Amino acid sequence: MRLSKLFGGAIFLLAANVALAQTPSYSNVGRTPTKEEIQAWDISIGPDGKGLPAGQGTAKDGAPIFAAKCAVCHGAQGEGGKIGPRVVGGIADTETLTTLKPVRTVGGYWPYATSVYDFIHRAMPRDQSGTLTPNEVYALTAFILFKSGIIQEGDVLDQKTLPKVKMPNRNGFVPARFEDIPDEHKRGCTQGICP
Amino acid sequence: MNPKQTDRRRFLKNGAALAGLAVGASASALPAAAEPALEKVDELHLYGERSHYVTAVRNGSINNPERRLKDEPVAFGLRTPLQDSVGMITPSSLHFTISHGFEPPDIDPKEHHLLIHGMVDRPLIFSVDEIKRLPFVTRFHFVECHGNSSPRGPGGDARIAANATPQETHGFTSCSQWTGVLLSTLLKEAGVQKTATWIIAEGADEPKHSKSIPIGKAWDDALVAYGQNGEPVRPEQGFPLRLIVPGWQGINNVKWLRRIDLVDEPYMAMMETSRYPSMRLDGKSRWFEFELGPKSVITRPAGGYKMPGPGFHEITGLAWSGAGAVKRVEVSTDGGRTWKDAQLHDPIARKAHTRFSSPWTWDGKETILLSRCTDDQGTVQPTIAQVAKLWNADIDFLLKTQQVVGDFNAIQPWKVNADGSVQNALV
Repeated sequence: MRLSKLFGGAIFLLAANVALAQTPSYSNVGRTPTKEEIQAWDISIGPDGKGLPAGQGTAKDGAPIFAAKCAVCHGAQGEGGKIGPRVVGGIADTETLTTLKPVRTVGGYWPYATSVYDFIHRAMPRDQSGTLTPNEVYALTAFILFKSGIIQEGDVLDQKTLPKVKMPNRNGFVPARFEDIPDEHKRGCTQGICP
Repeated sequence: MNPKQTDRRRFLKNGAALAGLAVGASASALPAAAEPALEKVDELHLYGERSHYVTAVRNGSINNPERRLKDEPVAFGLRTPLQDSVGMITPSSLHFTISHGFEPPDIDPKEHHLLIHGMVDRPLIFSVDEIKRLPFVTRFHFVECHGNSSPRGPGGDARIAANATPQETHGFTSCSQWTGVLLSTLLKEAGVQKTATWIIAEGADEPKHSKSIPIGKAWDDALVAYGQNGEPVRPEQGFPLRLIVPGWQGINNVKWLRRIDLVDEPYMAMMETSRYPSMRLDGKSRWFEFELGPKSVITRPAGGYKMPGPGFHEITGLAWSGAGAVKRVEVSTDGGRTWKDAQLHDPIARKAHTRFSSPWTWDGKETILLSRCTDDQGTVQPTIAQVAKLWNADIDFLLKTQQVVGDFNAIQPWKVNADGSVQNALV
């Protein structure tokens, strides 16, 4: 009795989901945003570079911007300070990942260069986030990657080149394929710990 | 206060004074001098306070730059004083918080909006008032940091100190009654396209925290909450809107929610790629672990408590699971040799703290107290040896590694000494 009731409910819900999925149900609640509103709010950058704006920068361009806007927290050479963590680091940090004290720096740990752009743009500088221009963000990203030994000082980062930067720890994450990520149970995770 | 309000208040005050005069003149009632005193008493009662004899507070720190500049110790957040808790609700003022070094934003709810866009047929923007006009749900859910109870978690070494209390060992979890609109309700309004497989949830805080979440969870039970424990969500918990992602690692529960972007892959935001993956022994990182396993902790008698002496003492604690409801809690008062079913107290809700209790008469001898939770999926809270096996490591590694052992849910032992003092035995 109880079970059949439950199943009946589940089937009804499924049917309702399919039928209602594409149909708005509530009149005059919420409005259509303008294209400009969406553009202004949409700051997400995908790992393949989706959402990256026009603009460009090199490490050379980035050095004076870093000195002026970042060094006060992150140290003159990005070595870290009292407030901001170390942002410069490379393959030597990757080698700490099997120890009891793994070091997770941008260059040594982060799998995608696009995340560097995304985070600087959305969050930095502290208390002034959103004030950097795309050129400045490209330049700062280039500065950090150059100081981490990942790109050359004159390499130009832009919409096309940034997603192609190969990060040293890119293959350090499991599961490797994005399509394997969503379903933890299929992945064989137990108690939240995945293989 | 705007000028309009000031005028209105002055008008009301003058009006009241005039009314008082009129009454006094006609009937010689109360002396006019009593009026201001009454007004003052009323204001004191407008927002209630607890007894000044009650002193439970959060501890930890919020990792702010001022402390860092002064070389003061910083941890990553403020922990709930579980040892002082009763029932299964955490008072909003004692809910744990992890800020990643930023203060909560001061948001005017009239200016705040939620944008739903990306792979949808109809992008939509909602005001907070519009969200409140939609059909709502009210549900009990815990929010727990994935590092909660990890040997080294957001609170550093405090968790493995012998004198740690439940606040230090397990204080990065809290439970509230959340009221809001199911995310699925909003997604139906927007018309999600078949190509969308993930959502990006984003906050309006200074670093605009963003988190990628598989769309299945968005359709299942995620909700956009505006209410917490009978009042608006507190600023440090995400006022005016917070995404609640029941049973999943705390980092998914995006505060100050301002945007949901429908996309076709995880977007590899800073937190999900650099901070929250857990490291295997071979140096590979497991990323995008979501669901928190079954966990329980005895909150009294527990670390920091002093037994008044041999005799009766009801044991009590909290249990929860990210997979569903708590089905069973067992308590051992002899270090795990024997186990006894504890009583579960209503409400027993899915993905919520559940209060348990078990009667105990202490004989005055040294012993170890344990609790073990089983959820409605049949999953049993593991021993630390079983957790180590899942990590393919030994217990020593779990206790010594300087990284957060994510989703650590091993059974918590409390040692009762012959002198009545109680200590953390996971050290």
